[in-house]
Amino acid sequence: MPLLVAKGITKRFGGLVAVRDLDLEIEPRSIVSVIGPNGAGKTTLFNCIAGWYRIDAGEIAFEGQMISKLRRDQIARLGIGRTYQNIRLFAGMSVVDNVLVGRHHFLQAGWIASVMRTRGVQEEERKAHDEAVRLLRFVGLEGGVQSQASKLPYGDQRRLEIARALATEPKLLMLDEPTAGMNPAETHRMTEFIGRLRDELGITILLIEHHMRVVMGISERITVLDYGEKIAEGAPREIQANPRVIEAYLGRGAATAHHSTRPQPDPGTGEAPAP
Amino acid sequence: MTVSPNSDVQIDWRSAVRTGLIGAAVALFVCVVGIVPVFHQRALIKDIISLGQTVLVLTALGIGARGARAARATGARSLLPAMLAAGIAGGALTALILVGQVINLRGVFLNASPDLYDLLTFGLGASGAWIPLVSFAAIGTLGGPVASLPTAFRRPITTAVLTLLLAALFAGIFRSAMLTTPLAATARVLFAPVGLTVIGAIALVIAFAGGRELLAYTHVRQRVSALPRVQRRVVLWPIYGVLALAVLVMPQTLGPFVAQVVALVALYVLLGLGLNITLGLAGLLDLGFVAFFAVGAYTVGLLTSTAEYGIADWPFWAAVIPAVLLAMVFGAILGLPILGIRGDYLAIATLGFGEIIRVLAGSDLLKPFLGGPRGILNIPKPIDVPPDHILAGPNQIYYIALICAALIAFVAWRLRASRLGRAWLSIREDEDVAEALGVNLVQTKLLAYMLGAAFAGLGGAIFAGLIGSIFSSSIQLQVSINVVAIVVVGGMGSIPGAVLGAVFLIGVPELFREFSEYRFLFYGMALIAMMLYRPEGLIPTRFATRELHLDATQTGGEALLPPTEAG
Repeated sequence: MPLLVAKGITKRFGGLVAVRDLDLEIEPRSIVSVIGPNGAGKTTLFNCIAGWYRIDAGEIAFEGQMISKLRRDQIARLGIGRTYQNIRLFAGMSVVDNVLVGRHHFLQAGWIASVMRTRGVQEEERKAHDEAVRLLRFVGLEGGVQSQASKLPYGDQRRLEIARALATEPKLLMLDEPTAGMNPAETHRMTEFIGRLRDELGITILLIEHHMRVVMGISERITVLDYGEKIAEGAPREIQANPRVIEAYLGRGAATAHHSTRPQPDPGTGEAPAP
Repeated sequence: MTVSPNSDVQIDWRSAVRTGLIGAAVALFVCVVGIVPVFHQRALIKDIISLGQTVLVLTALGIGARGARAARATGARSLLPAMLAAGIAGGALTALILVGQVINLRGVFLNASPDLYDLLTFGLGASGAWIPLVSFAAIGTLGGPVASLPTAFRRPITTAVLTLLLAALFAGIFRSAMLTTPLAATARVLFAPVGLTVIGAIALVIAFAGGRELLAYTHVRQRVSALPRVQRRVVLWPIYGVLALAVLVMPQTLGPFVAQVVALVALYVLLGLGLNITLGLAGLLDLGFVAFFAVGAYTVGLLTSTAEYGIADWPFWAAVIPAVLLAMVFGAILGLPILGIRGDYLAIATLGFGEIIRVLAGSDLLKPFLGGPRGILNIPKPIDVPPDHILAGPNQIYYIALICAALIAFVAWRLRASRLGRAWLSIREDEDVAEALGVNLVQTKLLAYMLGAAFAGLGGAIFAGLIGSIFSSSIQLQVSINVVAIVVVGGMGSIPGAVLGAVFLIGVPELFREFSEYRFLFYGMALIAMMLYRPEGLIPTRFATRELHLDATQTGGEALLPPTEAG
């Protein structure tokens, strides 16, 4: 049974249809990528799944449960975690506190017990703290856990955002352009790391990514969006050969002129050219 | 003689003139609005200089310094632009005096009187109209070089001026407090009834400016913080002990008026700590805080009053608990519908609720129950003691408010470090992301709102005990605004900040009742200065400081690093 099933979801903003009648199925323990030109509706799709937007039509089921009417925190508790295209850390809080916010709903302490700092609360806090530090080490953040989150270098902020999402113990992790702004070496490390998330933690990954090398390298399935509609779906090899995908990325003329070429990544940036 | 790198830069005379014109506006303002005449009633140093004259001297110095800086001139080259800027300002005062001889300005500016002209001309009146021009220019000329002095010279001057100003302002209070103690003789030497004596001024400047320089040169601070933890405690705990003792004996030694003021300050500390949870931690701007204060005060009034409208004749303490609980319930009732809205809109909605409660309390509708403007009288004192007892009058409220504030500070401190404190901070930072991490926004915000309401209710209950009665006119928007200002000025989320904020914004204005006409003027000036120069608050939380002063700490850290490689 698929982990996530979306059927016919549509999201409109006024007259603009950002996502139109979209179907999506994600198998457990798979890595699925969503690609498409800028403005194709990729992040909107994430926001629909995670409960940031109410969808106008269709249904989303996670492990057989309808989630399209739930609040963000309820969806997070069911096991859907995410990161953001523009990093959204709690900039004024410490590194470890960022991760601990992700543990919030696993902790029980009420306000009276917290003021009393009972034995149970102390134990719970200590465990949560150890768990947070373990996660930080797992994502490769060594350094001081008490330093301010916004003082971290860019790449580490991306890692911290992933650690924070992992703290909610997600079954499905949605990564929105995790390698944006990274150099080739960092991108390579991040790609490997995404693989480890699936292989070691068994987490299903839904990925938005512009680096075609990353997408083609680690995805089992790829969904291609253009103007809010799914124009192709399949294994990387099929996608690379699909004329509609080439057309969406390079324009109709290019598609007919080089109908046999694949959307090759730009050697300079590793990024597929935008239309 | 070394040529400073700036010396080939042209002096910017136009900027100096512009500064002079702004300074002229400031000088005219402080004179005709009446700040200078009112402050002239008080001496800085007895028979030598009044506070009003001090205001003028500091204005002239400031204009000179700003003028020199605006003209981008330093050292000896700064003398002329400084003189020009201050001279323009002084000239404006001269012009004021001359115009005042011809046209009667008092119809518009009450303070533009012969008294003011005498003050500005040392009693010479119109024939001394040249005096402000010349004296401003002379004093202002000094301002230029002072501003470009290195810190090592400027710091003791600043300390000395601040010491003199504060000591002179508080002289009366210090003097009357010390007269009842064995220090009476010292008090007479140092302080005049208003202002300082010459000896006092010299002694205090040497003690404070000298002491500060001594501390700076011997690096006491750095040495103490470099000590291992145990030894640092040995040094610091006696200091804390002395401070705690001072806080405890303060109302006893400083007389009933000051006791009343410090009791009010303690009450506002309590309210500030309460709002610090709602606004400081969770970031919910609540402008209707006074509503819960009212609920607490009226509950205590109704349950304890022995006069009309009292319904139960309970003792004070028995009524405090229902007062706090009822305030919490009101917090929940008011909070539930409005916590979904954000930021500015939440502020408007809470402002509305605060006003509704205020209007209701004074309304004819509830008059049969709450007494309307006549209020509820005869609320018993929390602890019943004979009038000469150590705990009589405002003293007991001070101690009760102090204990409650300490309690709330403890609660706030524990909560801050808990999972709830983290959830509140995350909501303040980015509530969308917090919710997407599994934080239930409604539940978490409501708890912050209810706890803040409970502490406001406690504050209201104590206030009712302090005054002994509760009127609808005590429930004012001003209370809410004061508390918000305390939290913001002290530092959002900072517990010692709330204490200092209450001392500055409530205590200091209360002590200077004679200047109360200008209270909001100074309030506004202080708030603008805070937002410009210290937006993180007086005692900011750890990360707020780092955020805003990172450059300084970084360069400091590098300078301390030993050289790692020799040549």
